Amino acid sequence: MSFRNILLPVLVIGLIGSLSFWQCRSTSATISYNQHIRPIFNAKCLACHGGVRKSGGFSLLFEEEAFAATESGKAAIVPGQHGKSELFRRLTHQDPELRMPLDGQHLTEEEIDLIARWIDEGAKWEEHWAYIPPQPIAIPQSGADWKKNDIDPFVFRKLQALELEPAPEADRSALLRRVSLDLTGLPPTPEAVDAFLTDDSPDAYEKLVDSLLASPHFGEHWAAMWLDLARYADSKGYEKDPYRNIWRYRDWVIGAFNRDLPFDEFTIEQLAGDMLPDPDRDQLIATAFHRNTMTNTEGGTDDEEFRVAAVIDRLNTTYEVWQATTMSCVQCHSHPYDPIRHEAFYESYDYFNQSQDGDLDNEMPRLATFPRVEAERVREIIGFIQDLGPSQTIDTSADLETQIRQALFPELLPTQADDFENVSFNNNGVVSNWIYNLKSIAGKRFRFMFEQVDLDQLEQIRFRYQSQGNDAWIELRIDEPEGRLLAKQQFTANANVNGEWGGDLLVPVEAGSGKHDLYFEIINTTNKAPDGMVRISEIELQYAEAAVADPQLQAYRKELREIQTQRVDYTPVMKPKVTAMERQTKLFDRGNWMVQTTPLEGGVPRVMLQGEEMPANRLAFARWLVSEDNPLTARVIVNRFWARIFGRGLIETLEDFGTQSDPPTHPELLDHLALRFMQEHGWSVKSLLREIVTSATYRQSSKANAQKLELDPDNRWLSRGPRFRLTAEQIRDQALAVSGLLNDSIGGRSVMPPQPEGVWQIVYSGEQWRTSSDSMRHRRGLYTYWKRTTPYPSMIAFDSPSREFCVSRRIRTNTPLQALVTLNDPAFLEAAQALAQRMREAGGQDLEAAIRAGYKRALGQEADAETVAILRDLHLRAQSEMDGPTARARTIAFTEDPNEIELTDPMAVVANAILNLDGFLTKQ
Amino acid sequence: MKIYEEAKHQYYQYHTRRHFLKSCTTGLGAIALGSLFGCNTGSANDVEKAIQTMTGAGAHFAPRAKRVIYLHMAGAPSQLELFDYKPTLNQLNGKPCPPSLLEGKRFAFISGVPDMLGHQAEFQQHGESGAWISDRLPHFSTMADEVCFLKAMHTDEFNHAPAQLLLYSGSPRLGRPSMGSWVTYGLGSMNDNLPGYVVMVSGGKTPSAGKSVWGSGFLPSVYQGVQCRSEGDPVLYVSDPKGMSRDLRKQSIDAINRINRKEYEEFQDPEILTRVSQYEMAFKMQLSVPEAMDISKEPEYIHELYGTEPGRSSFANNCLLARRLAERGVRFIQLFQWGWDSHGAGKNEALNLGFKERCKEVDQPMTALLKDLKQRGLLEDTLVVWGGEFGRTPMQENRNGVAVPFSGRDHQTEAFTVWMAGGGIKSGISFGETDEIGYAGIKDRVHVHDLQATILHNLGLNHEKLTYHFQGRDFRLTDQFGRVVKEILA
Repeated sequence: MSFRNILLPVLVIGLIGSLSFWQCRSTSATISYNQHIRPIFNAKCLACHGGVRKSGGFSLLFEEEAFAATESGKAAIVPGQHGKSELFRRLTHQDPELRMPLDGQHLTEEEIDLIARWIDEGAKWEEHWAYIPPQPIAIPQSGADWKKNDIDPFVFRKLQALELEPAPEADRSALLRRVSLDLTGLPPTPEAVDAFLTDDSPDAYEKLVDSLLASPHFGEHWAAMWLDLARYADSKGYEKDPYRNIWRYRDWVIGAFNRDLPFDEFTIEQLAGDMLPDPDRDQLIATAFHRNTMTNTEGGTDDEEFRVAAVIDRLNTTYEVWQATTMSCVQCHSHPYDPIRHEAFYESYDYFNQSQDGDLDNEMPRLATFPRVEAERVREIIGFIQDLGPSQTIDTSADLETQIRQALFPELLPTQADDFENVSFNNNGVVSNWIYNLKSIAGKRFRFMFEQVDLDQLEQIRFRYQSQGNDAWIELRIDEPEGRLLAKQQFTANANVNGEWGGDLLVPVEAGSGKHDLYFEIINTTNKAPDGMVRISEIELQYAEAAVADPQLQAYRKELREIQTQRVDYTPVMKPKVTAMERQTKLFDRGNWMVQTTPLEGGVPRVMLQGEEMPANRLAFARWLVSEDNPLTARVIVNRFWARIFGRGLIETLEDFGTQSDPPTHPELLDHLALRFMQEHGWSVKSLLREIVTSATYRQSSKANAQKLELDPDNRWLSRGPRFRLTAEQIRDQALAVSGLLNDSIGGRSVMPPQPEGVWQIVYSGEQWRTSSDSMRHRRGLYTYWKRTTPYPSMIAFDSPSREFCVSRRIRTNTPLQALVTLNDPAFLEAAQALAQRMREAGGQDLEAAIRAGYKRALGQEADAETVAILRDLHLRAQSEMDGPTARARTIAFTEDPNEIELTDPMAVVANAILNLDGFLTKQ
Repeated sequence: MKIYEEAKHQYYQYHTRRHFLKSCTTGLGAIALGSLFGCNTGSANDVEKAIQTMTGAGAHFAPRAKRVIYLHMAGAPSQLELFDYKPTLNQLNGKPCPPSLLEGKRFAFISGVPDMLGHQAEFQQHGESGAWISDRLPHFSTMADEVCFLKAMHTDEFNHAPAQLLLYSGSPRLGRPSMGSWVTYGLGSMNDNLPGYVVMVSGGKTPSAGKSVWGSGFLPSVYQGVQCRSEGDPVLYVSDPKGMSRDLRKQSIDAINRINRKEYEEFQDPEILTRVSQYEMAFKMQLSVPEAMDISKEPEYIHELYGTEPGRSSFANNCLLARRLAERGVRFIQLFQWGWDSHGAGKNEALNLGFKERCKEVDQPMTALLKDLKQRGLLEDTLVVWGGEFGRTPMQENRNGVAVPFSGRDHQTEAFTVWMAGGGIKSGISFGETDEIGYAGIKDRVHVHDLQATILHNLGLNHEKLTYHFQGRDFRLTDQFGRVVKEILA
């Protein structure tokens, strides 16, 4: 369908109450299912005749169901004949027992009339607009004098229909501050203000936009938005909520925005970078997007349960972020409102079910990053080992992990297993995971495998192990999990002496040749735990005629093992399971993971699929999301960026484009931008944003008047420029920036700026909030350590989420608690003191000059006389209270306690006030 | 507050935002720390109009309660272990649910023929009213004659977040104002120095629907609930820095607000006025909140009554704080206690383990709250409500077909128990009945929209007339539904 036949939607809005404005009141036009009928069905019928219930065997969710025979044997809708349609008869039935809706309000006469006419006209079904790919749309001819680019005519046409005028262009200083905050999250420096205000070239604004897009702070600002969707946090969540080392993913996001990685690649790398051919480190780190799911490290929890929870979250998050589809509704039953079947959830689940991670405490699989010193030492040792003799084949062009693996051969380092199932890994070994899986030990396999192990002349394998009982056996098979049995042997109970692990088990193996995959399975003959529990710390392949290892070589290997297991910085990443160990995905009966029924293959909801072919795996799924065939992705993403700039999306519900969502305010504009984003901009986010911020729509002044407030109270029709409170991150960053405190270095580990005592409630952990020293406490908000169960107070006060789950929209609030943060939080007081210093430097002995300088630094424009007078009065009041105002040196005092700040400077009182002005906290 | 002032105040509170703005635009800039909105410079005519509105329109009637204390048990406690005694259920324990009871019933999750789960607690009748209360609540059972049980509550939503949203905002989806926001929008605060709507959370977590259950939706954000802590600083950053005197802080907020009002004249953005009022509120809160939230000076017998320990975060402390806030005129006080989702999948959510602990945590404090309100004469005009977001099934939840070590029950929308006490509610009665296994209400069912209508009614608000115009139509808490449950009104 197209949007062209929406007539005068704007004028109708005020009249139609709960019905959508798609509904056209004209009596002559053809009845459209989407415009006229669907809103009625959604509001009054689907609760009983939809995805959850199909009362009487009748459902209006899918076309084939709506026209199929119901329980009575007859179809409820007879196209062309409303009189013969049971649907119509039931709506008008005299008997209240038979008249629909049974318990709810009857349909109005007008609604019934529309349905009758729709049936008479053939009852033509239409899919919801969001499932039909956007079609090219002619740019309206309206607003030619006003327009700066093609966004504007779409906006102008709506304004015209509402009898509204666009607002005049914002003044230059306001525009400069607005666009700086929008593109980089930071205010312009005083120098940037002067430069822009004095640049009278005709393309001064466009040049400014380009320089902001090129700023390295661009990536930081947009990363802050993306991290809400990625539910990025520095902790693992759930009850214990311990530290998670995943900040390299944040750096990746910042870098990706900065180098304008096209959004399609941005998508593919995050969802399936590990499945790309020869992925590089960056592409692997990108996959940490979905390692931001929570990991339950609480003792006694079933890892499989929380693995399933993580996979479900990945699925829900992916559909929310890219498809604005509430897939979680389909976990337990078919969607109540959208045409998505229950099975579709588990078909998509299969794509995410084939990664190796399994809720392990150490978060395997992981990507190692060797700290500089360790990396140097590894290279040095590898050199020594190569010098020792030709026995060791080491590829020095490979990554360090591979080199270590080769250098350790014929030892296999358990934590480098190529795939695993129901076992967990300590720093120094592999543990059969029975103790955690007691409740459901039956049916579980406890195994791990190494790829391509050389079997030539292999005689036996030595396991260094610890076992508390005699219940466990080891089985070795080659090529596949059920492949030929090479060896089987029992672990006998041994003791842990002086902290050293028990002894060795020597397992002779049948002769073999060539390289093969080697599968290790730990069998518990009694299904008892913990007696059956086994730990294996070393696995050594012993070959015939192997030279006895040089003691020096042994020492080098020991050091390599230690570096690899204990001194490496690990980032959790995605890693596909080896084919032979892939999981069989099944339908969860009513969403219950413990009752799995029909086996399913990977797939996506039919309604979103153009053509027939289902994506084969996670990589293909990611590619499908960003193919031009996908009806939703470009619209959804464009809407997200639009919302960050204008304060609300063209569809307000950024997270839901389904049939229950609010209709778009400017549907043609949304489609136009979506098509341009894919086709002309080649998925370039910077190009998209450039187009948005150079439009006349964006450049409007944000000043309202009575008419605009009456007709467009919340600016959904864009009758003025955006004006809304800054985000939590921006408010912090801006205070630091204008006071000159900001440490503007890019990337790196999270930091801990001052936080009140007692905010962290730590269970089972010695973790403490250690206030970062010096300038590290003045980093941008997105680097603040993010603990899910106890988020940073000032961030939460300004509506940032706790990041347990994907959040598409932060609901903006305006509370006294926010006032207390910017008035009294030591971070803001420190900024006030620093700003005061700057003010004095700029103004010298001239108090009013100092005030004007401070105001300009903070708000990017000149203060008027009245404002200066008000702040001057405040200074005088403060001065009269604080003794010896001019005699005393004004320094920024860093006390021992980061939460104790003493104000001794009247100018800091003024600066504190400036940092609390509405104009400072607001983008306008 | 003088009647004249109060009338004026009410006038601004009753009116929609648009009216408020129109009447405010003239007087801006002149006021420092004034009323909630900082615009009490209305002319005598305005006040006359206000009084006329209050008496003339008939939209309001004499309230039976001035304030609400809502004790929410997040996760949904089992009515079958607390109040809804069904001897038949005990007889059926462990047996497949008889087909005669299943016939014609629609189940949300359970398939086939589930096993029945008898009461995991012992029941006795209490008080003159003979109310059935289980041994999980030994303290509360002494209050049987003070409360009114609604035993056939029902809702539409079977998941926590949407059910909590439906209960508190009238809609299962995000974005509608919460009940407390509607009430403060309608009635305002009775104390200019404290928020009208305070929320306190215990049990370690916020409810599933997050802060949306105390959000203001499309109402101006001044009406949203303010979360206070019962441990550490009651409200973070409530203290001024060293060197900043109270008077200087007043001067500084005055300067901020004067400049902000100038800005409002220029931009006409109502959010600016909200910010002005929030800075005024912040200033007042700096004094009043620490005072109100300090329970350490309460006498020993009060601490014994509630089981409170100053400085800790607990439901008990929150109950005592609720009484203190009620005394000080806070209009809507909402307590969330987390941890009632007794599926039986783990110890903490087992009816025979974690659930017992939850009962211990709330039994004494909620009893103490009723007693304490009563002995201070506050119960007469305070409406206390207790309940979860839905109920639980009479069937044992059975996730994998294998007996699990813990007993638990699934979510149930068709029956749960809520009790109410105080302002305008009959005491010592039980309203509504469920069937013989406690599966669904069969008599005097009360939907959550009806509960909302009744709460508003007791506060003197007509739920059909407390509306706000948004996106082209009038919205109200009860959506298009809701019936005042007159049968339980005193």
